[in-house]
Amino acid sequence: MQLTVDGVTLSYGDRRVLSDISFSLNPCEQALLLGPSGSGKSSLLNIISGLQTPDEGSVSLGGADMADDGDATRKHHMGIIFQTLKLVSALNVRANLLLAQKLQTGGVDRNLVEATLERLGIADRAKARPFELSQGEAQRAAIARAVVVRPKLLIADEPTSALDLVNTESVARLLIESAEESGAMLLIATHDDRLRSYFARTISLSEGRLAA
Amino acid sequence: MISLALAYLRDRPLTTALNILLLAIAVAMLVLLLQLGNQASERLEGDAEGIDLVVGSKGSPLQLILSSVFHVDQPTGNIPLSSLELLRADPAVARAVPLALGDNFEGYRIVGTDSSFGEHYRTEIAQGRAFDAPLEAVFGATVAAETGVTLGQKFVGSHGFAEDEADEQGHDHAPFETVGILAPTGSVVDRLILTSYESVWDVHGIDHDHDHADELESEERNDGHSHDADHAHDSEHGHASGHDHSGEAAEPDNPPEQSRRGSILQASDSDLEPELTALLVTYRSASGAIRIPAMVNRQTEMQSAVPATETARLIDLMGASIDGIRLFAWLLAATGGLAIFVALLNMARSREGDLALLRVMGASRVQVIATIILEGVITAAVGALIGWIGAHLLIVVAQVNSATLADLGLKAWSPAAGEFALIAAVLAIGAIAALLPAVRVYRTDPARVLARN
Ligand SMILES: Nc1ncnc2c1ncn2[C@@H]1O[C@H](COP(=O)(O)OP(=O)(O)OP(=O)(O)O)[C@@H](O)[C@H]1O
Ligand SMILES: [Mg+2]
Repeated sequence: MQLTVDGVTLSYGDRRVLSDISFSLNPCEQALLLGPSGSGKSSLLNIISGLQTPDEGSVSLGGADMADDGDATRKHHMGIIFQTLKLVSALNVRANLLLAQKLQTGGVDRNLVEATLERLGIADRAKARPFELSQGEAQRAAIARAVVVRPKLLIADEPTSALDLVNTESVARLLIESAEESGAMLLIATHDDRLRSYFARTISLSEGRLAA
Repeated sequence: MISLALAYLRDRPLTTALNILLLAIAVAMLVLLLQLGNQASERLEGDAEGIDLVVGSKGSPLQLILSSVFHVDQPTGNIPLSSLELLRADPAVARAVPLALGDNFEGYRIVGTDSSFGEHYRTEIAQGRAFDAPLEAVFGATVAAETGVTLGQKFVGSHGFAEDEADEQGHDHAPFETVGILAPTGSVVDRLILTSYESVWDVHGIDHDHDHADELESEERNDGHSHDADHAHDSEHGHASGHDHSGEAAEPDNPPEQSRRGSILQASDSDLEPELTALLVTYRSASGAIRIPAMVNRQTEMQSAVPATETARLIDLMGASIDGIRLFAWLLAATGGLAIFVALLNMARSREGDLALLRVMGASRVQVIATIILEGVITAAVGALIGWIGAHLLIVVAQVNSATLADLGLKAWSPAAGEFALIAAVLAIGAIAALLPAVRVYRTDPARVLARN
């Protein structure tokens, strides 16, 4: 399955935020979307996941144009980790994972849930409610929530912004391992240069344009 | 989605509990009102069924009906025995049941009457036989069950209508003997002890001639014409002479006859003759309704009261206060709805992120909205259920602890027809309260919420 971003342009009113963005990810490819704050990373990820429609250009995943049935494509093939929204507040970590599975795949795979919690080192926090988690634990739980649906594309927006160096490294590793394990493409948006070393490919975004 | 709705409700236990409590109280009040209204008026109508007119001594007509039809208030006074004969002799009267009240046994009223009582209330003997000789008594089903009386058991009545008066004025000299127990009727009879009215006189030491009483009855049965009966007939057939019309509908009266009859009754009154408390009259023909009350009311010491009228007045009287309480209860229910509304609206705002996340994870708009409406409906449903159970438990407790309430005949576990409508209405309140917050959520664009975070 391949991700293709083709000539995406977006303006908020008169302000152009994204200009003619084009790139593609091959199956299982992992890439870093690097750019300073306000460069349009979140906007681009929202367009890729079909939550926002671009003014011009298109996004397709596995040949399916996001403009046609983005909701279904996102639901079935994407695991998304947002900058701040990580879990449903009323449910504990395990229930969050099960709900994600139920909503996105229509079924429940308890073994996968437990294995994922174990692998991300939060098995002992499975019964904790989101507000009881530390930033690092919450980020891991969010990764677990995105991974248990066996996505083809794993998207993470600033997954390490609130973390210290140790946690940043471990979260980056876990994201990379998880993507490899489920055979998913990985696209991480960040302004954090430290992550550059983990990725073979870096897509640099500056004032809404791709830099070389 | 239901489990998610429950999770959100559990997430703010205090608010949820408060909303549930508000609705529960409102529902409980409304259910109680429904039960009281329905069953009490049903009961009132049932007990008064077939009684067209009650004749008793002057006083409050409502009190007369309460004491002689529902057996709850003090009687208004006494009327002469001859009035029974007078009414029975009237061709427009199908039945006149004499009542001699004044005593109780363990708080249950002893009613002196004759065989016409059983005919009127269609009583059936479950054990033993009907009362016959003086001081023989028959127990109503409830009284028998409550007092545990057995056939042949002797008991002593006490004066008055309440149990605690027993010590002061027991009629030790004339013990009753239980000769029969009635099958349950579902009416006021279940709570009465029946005996002959002569027995009531006996226990009060009133001298009377048993033969005379028998004579009156046999005369009546043979359609024999005593002096009173003759006059009654005269007035019936004498309408052609028609002077002194008193009212458009009333049949003509004969003042000399009327005064003569009055004097007879007055004489019997002043003689300290055996007296009755009231008569329950059933008409044979519609003409009775026009003539009999007028005739009775002209006797200075007697009045007639129509149970249907007094019952309606009683229900009206209760109705005013019931309406007030009902309004209050509905206001309370509305407040409960408003509280749910506020809680859900707050929640919709604070939970925008959650809901956006759900949408991103593939939950449809309908599913997300269903969660919110479910929350409202579940709150309302739990409140309604608790209120309903609470109200019915309250009825049970009240019945156990208060004979008066038990007497009202509230049936604890038989839901009144309106209760389902009531519960449906409360569920609707819950759903409506959730509607606006749900619409708000429907309009939210998850991308915007995510962008804002
Ligand atoms: N809904 C919106 N309406 C108007 N302007 C917006 C909106 N969302 C984002 N912007 C603007 O678009 C620009 C790009 O925003 P975006 O969130 O994509 O940047 P970002 O690279 O993710 O920044 P950060 O690293 O701080 O998360 C910003 O200047 C922002 O102010
Ligand atoms: Mg961003």
